[in-house]
Amino acid sequence: MISYRGIGVAFAASGLAGLGLAVVYILGGQPQWEGALLMVALGGIGLGLIGWAKQLYGDSEETDERPVLPSAYEPRIDFRQSLERSEVFSRRRGLTGLLAFAGGSLALAALFPLRSLGPSPGGALRRTAWRRGSRLVTEGGQALRADSLNRGGIVTVFPEGTEAHEDAATVVISVDPTLLADGTNADWVVDGNIAYSKICTHVGCPVGLYRESEHSLLCPCHQSTFDVLDGARVVFGPAPRPLPQLPLGVDEEGYLIALGDYPEPVGPTFWNRGR
Amino acid sequence: MLLRLLRWFDDRVGGARFGRQALDRIFPDHWSFMLGEVVLYCFISLVVTGTYLTFFFEPSVREVTYDGSYAPLQGVEMSAAYRSALDISFEHRAGLVMRQMHHWSALVFLASMTVHLGRVFFTGAYRRPRELNWLIGMTLLVASIANGFLGYSLLDDLLSGTGLRVAYAITLSIPLLGPDLAFGLFGGEFPAEGIIPRFYTLHVLVLPAVIAALLAAHLALVWRQKHTQFAGPGRTEENIVGSRLWPAYAAKSVGLFFLVMAVLAGLGGLAQINPIWVYGPFRSGLAVTAVTSASQPDWYMGWLDGALRLWPDWEPTVAGYALPNPFLPAVVFPGVFFTLLYLWPFLEARFTRDRRPHNLLDRARDAPTRAGVGAAVAAVYGVLFLAGSNDVTAGALNIAPESLTTLYRVLVFLAPAVAFALTRRICRELGRRPVRPVAGMPTHTIVRTATGGYETVPEPESASAASSSSSSSSSSGEL
Repeated sequence: MISYRGIGVAFAASGLAGLGLAVVYILGGQPQWEGALLMVALGGIGLGLIGWAKQLYGDSEETDERPVLPSAYEPRIDFRQSLERSEVFSRRRGLTGLLAFAGGSLALAALFPLRSLGPSPGGALRRTAWRRGSRLVTEGGQALRADSLNRGGIVTVFPEGTEAHEDAATVVISVDPTLLADGTNADWVVDGNIAYSKICTHVGCPVGLYRESEHSLLCPCHQSTFDVLDGARVVFGPAPRPLPQLPLGVDEEGYLIALGDYPEPVGPTFWNRGR
Repeated sequence: MLLRLLRWFDDRVGGARFGRQALDRIFPDHWSFMLGEVVLYCFISLVVTGTYLTFFFEPSVREVTYDGSYAPLQGVEMSAAYRSALDISFEHRAGLVMRQMHHWSALVFLASMTVHLGRVFFTGAYRRPRELNWLIGMTLLVASIANGFLGYSLLDDLLSGTGLRVAYAITLSIPLLGPDLAFGLFGGEFPAEGIIPRFYTLHVLVLPAVIAALLAAHLALVWRQKHTQFAGPGRTEENIVGSRLWPAYAAKSVGLFFLVMAVLAGLGGLAQINPIWVYGPFRSGLAVTAVTSASQPDWYMGWLDGALRLWPDWEPTVAGYALPNPFLPAVVFPGVFFTLLYLWPFLEARFTRDRRPHNLLDRARDAPTRAGVGAAVAAVYGVLFLAGSNDVTAGALNIAPESLTTLYRVLVFLAPAVAFALTRRICRELGRRPVRPVAGMPTHTIVRTATGGYETVPEPESASAASSSSSSSSSSGEL
């Protein structure tokens, strides 16, 4: 138990800390001092009050009756009688029916603005910005050639001119083409450059970590792991599908291009994805 | 002066009788009853610091170039929302303390709410007549978790962008409605521009109003029904024993308010939280080029993230129609979990056939099965929470995350079973023992007789150890 002297010290410390806070603020502010002084200013009052309350408590506990919560019989009956004055409405069945109709259609009308909250998905989930002939450019705007990456290298690319299109994000990895397994479409690989969607098929995190020794792509969110050599087959984790592979080619100037959009929707599943 | 003011007021409104009753009100005292108060005081802190933050925060994804005082980000393109959050942290005096205090308040708000929920659960405080307040409290929990998530999603840093992306995918996973719901909620395909301003309105207006209204209703019901109390001498179902509101209890509660604020201020000033300048900006499209390692949500979302991580890669597909993988762990599982929590008071009443009103609280051992269920739920929650950070744990222990995930997949079934059996067993054992397992040292009264000799007088049954909830005779110091 804090003595009255201790309570006084707490209040005094609080007052001084409050003044100190003003000084720190005028001098330009400093987060640690502000936090510490605010803590002392508030805490002094808190400790003092609790100490004081404990002094006041003493030993005596007091007792009260609890109220009986349910109403007695009479008030319940009275309430019901008042409530039943609503018979005036039910006597006019036609009117109440029309009122219900009006209220119902108003409620229905109130739902329409919900439709305006967002565009209809339409085909947006099934398309990305990749087109036949789109060059692969990095975040810095550099177009990629077949020999831009060293073996084991990885880079994130977008279709040229649409760098802000999230769902088009693609990783290009350079691997030894002789290692490729059946899951990979070898026609879409150019000199060991292989491209997969960067949007995880689990919940859409960017699949950003490449373990070169295992040739696996790892999603940092939920540890889904994909085998780069085998069509991004899921090796581990909750992702239900491989990452879609982007068909790659080369244009006449030697730049890597897409041969078209992804053959299937990228990113997390939606219910009618396969239709 | 004060009395004249009160008289002026009473002449116009009346209320002396109510005021008297309020000041004389009795509140039972137990340390665990302060948990709910801590929740309330965290909410006050959230409103105060949050209001201050709204004066500076700009909920917009408009592209700007940073030119503030944090050198590493100078010249970087970012959203106005992220820049204003940086400015609050670096340019406005006391802004960082306010921002960190707000974040810490949210964490402590939900932590104290969860512990309060545990207290109410294990003591059976939700039994008739308080089922209604359980439902209100559960809704408070859901609304608060949602608002916490919205809050840290607003800053438009890389971490929160990842959280939003997951939320979008979960919405998308709902059969039939998913795509339309996701587009409606986010205003288009992720990352739509509508997210930040929309979530801002929900975060600072809609959900706080809901939470404030529910808190008011929660407290009004406590006021009307009066607080529960633990069994003890002189305490019955029909009375309430404790101390009067004025002045001691009020002083203590106001003191607790200041102490809670002090802790939050200390955390806000001294303990760094959510350093968004380290994460960098979330920029639509380009954010995916940043290699994000270990990304963790705030603690109260950790269990959901854990469920997503542990769930196997199932995705049943029939004729092109799929049941998207995240739907079961991230929509159905939390839905079922919270529905069962909501219904618990009614389920228990049905199974125990106990529909009487209860004002005396149980201790865990008085209801071993309930305690077992509570421990099992806590165990599931704990495993999922750990699973939500399996990559960090694996890194720290220098083992593969894969093996940890496999371990957690077993534990998520094993741990609750063990917790249930063990807790129920312990509670049953304790229930057979005397009322207080630790009741202090045995005492004896020694009396000097007239002849100068000494005699031990047998102690009368200690009143303080008697309890209406136990049939065993009280004795001291036995365990």
